[in-house]
Amino acid sequence: MLLLILKRIGLGLITLFIVSLITFVGVEVLPGDACTTYLEREAYGAALDACIKRLGLDVPAYERYLDWASNVIRGDFGYSLSGEMPINEVLGPRVKNSLVLASVSILIGIPLAIVLGIITALWRDKLPDIMISTITIFSMTIPEFISATLLILIVAIWLGWLPGIVIIPSDATFYELLSNIILPVVAISMIMTAHMARMVRSSVIQVMASDYVQMAILKGVPYWKMVFRHVLPNALLPAINVVALTIAWLLGGVVVTEVVFNYPGLGRLVIESISNRDLPVVQALAIILASIYVGINLIADLMTLMLNPRLKSLQIRK
Amino acid sequence: MESNLITENKQKNKLEKAFEILKTMASKPSGLIGLTIVLFHVVLALISPYIAPYDYKAISPNTMLLAPSAEHWFGTDSLGRDVFTRTILGGRTALTVTFFGSLIALLWGGLLGIFCGLVGGKIDDVVMRVVDAFLSIPWILAMLLIVSLLGTSTEVLIPALGFFYGKGIVRVARAATHDVIAKDFIVSARARGHSNLSIIWNEIIPNVRDAILVEGAMRWSWMLLGFSSLSFLGFGVSPPTPDWGLMISNARGLMSFAYWSVIAPIVGLSSLIIGINLTADAFAKALGIDRSTKAPV
Repeated sequence: MLLLILKRIGLGLITLFIVSLITFVGVEVLPGDACTTYLEREAYGAALDACIKRLGLDVPAYERYLDWASNVIRGDFGYSLSGEMPINEVLGPRVKNSLVLASVSILIGIPLAIVLGIITALWRDKLPDIMISTITIFSMTIPEFISATLLILIVAIWLGWLPGIVIIPSDATFYELLSNIILPVVAISMIMTAHMARMVRSSVIQVMASDYVQMAILKGVPYWKMVFRHVLPNALLPAINVVALTIAWLLGGVVVTEVVFNYPGLGRLVIESISNRDLPVVQALAIILASIYVGINLIADLMTLMLNPRLKSLQIRK
Repeated sequence: MESNLITENKQKNKLEKAFEILKTMASKPSGLIGLTIVLFHVVLALISPYIAPYDYKAISPNTMLLAPSAEHWFGTDSLGRDVFTRTILGGRTALTVTFFGSLIALLWGGLLGIFCGLVGGKIDDVVMRVVDAFLSIPWILAMLLIVSLLGTSTEVLIPALGFFYGKGIVRVARAATHDVIAKDFIVSARARGHSNLSIIWNEIIPNVRDAILVEGAMRWSWMLLGFSSLSFLGFGVSPPTPDWGLMISNARGLMSFAYWSVIAPIVGLSSLIIGINLTADAFAKALGIDRSTKAPV
């Protein structure tokens, strides 16, 4: 068991190492280095020299990588080119804002998805299922920027209920944030809920068809007792991994949603840093977002291991 | 003569099988709706240059932000361009880019996956680690980085999208190969002394093709989503190319009083994505592959 956990963590670390190599090599191989890309037409003479000096581009690539990597491990991402301040200071408030947005969306999304998934599975092919499933298909297939734009058009412009865009500085307080994030949260959790509800649905349907549930029915276990005792624990367990993958996948969608609502989080920083051609920030973001992805998957793996008695005893026997 | 007959029969069988699959797909309402939408968009994309009533890049200050009327069915945008013309041409851009992108993704992802599944061992381990690493970089960040460094033209976008959406196919192809590889016919092909290449071509590809095609159909809709998101963010095709993502992002600021120029591309893009999704689902079901429990990686 412990060995298995250590192995999972090790694999995650290897993945992160390769991500850091890919982003570093990618920036290195693609035409232009951080300085010429950032300075564009002014990339000559003293300005270029100063920039090269500051970023240490005059030392060989592998030395720079080792230097950068060892700093990152210590939690130092270096300097942002456009803001001319430490990347950590740029990132801090952004990470907090995105965390607020993501956690509120997840807190709403996961319970809602479980309830919807169970309802659609238990009333399979009946009216509630057909209605909810149609809605989920629509909300999971329509791109984030379209549902967000439609939300703004309908709720903010036509109905005038809520502000359409977020106009708060990136260092806003938690309370200021909460009153501003209703529409972004709706946009994100809509898609997330739809994805997860579909997985819960098919997982519950699979378990309902299994032998032990049939056995329970034949034994005369009351319907709801069977659902809560026999079906749900077995159905929700395999869903954990898939839910984690979905959340991680939606990181990309969060970027788009943040841009649509002008929300000062990590996602908008991605677009800003790429528009400003601020490659050190882009590298830092790649590592951070990849760590979130790896972290979420790791947590899901561990949760499945801990919660599944069968897997546990299997590992011990091995 | 006889062998000719056999190949003819084989081809007829293939056609019949394809027709059979189409029939199964259309037998359910969701599949029928999906197929109809996709067919509609494909036909529209093919004929749109000939039926477009206006020039898609003709700017005119006299026709700015006109509401829908008999002359301009979907109204005009902030530069006085006909929204109907640009909407029907927008599908052409989206379908071309994502079709060729998916083709590239299917080819390299499928072949690499089959290869990894077949050889296994160290090579397989290394490739899968790299694929995992690529999977853990959010698609949007990677795409933005490639596009911002190499420029935004369809010649860059198609291979970039194809490369990025192929990495998930590697996994599916590899898993499907693993399922077949232990079967008797592979063992006997090996015993007959066939080379790896011949085994891949004659034994493995026919058996993993369905799984890979279903995955490719799914990727197609995600790629469309990714491509239009890029355009929306201003990193996709460059103006004045008629493109839905670009149209939505341009018209968004004015939608409080000119909502028509944002609604038309929204309807176009949403219907195409939903159509492709329904078709892919029906396709998977017709081939007997359940993908409802898979995460969108």
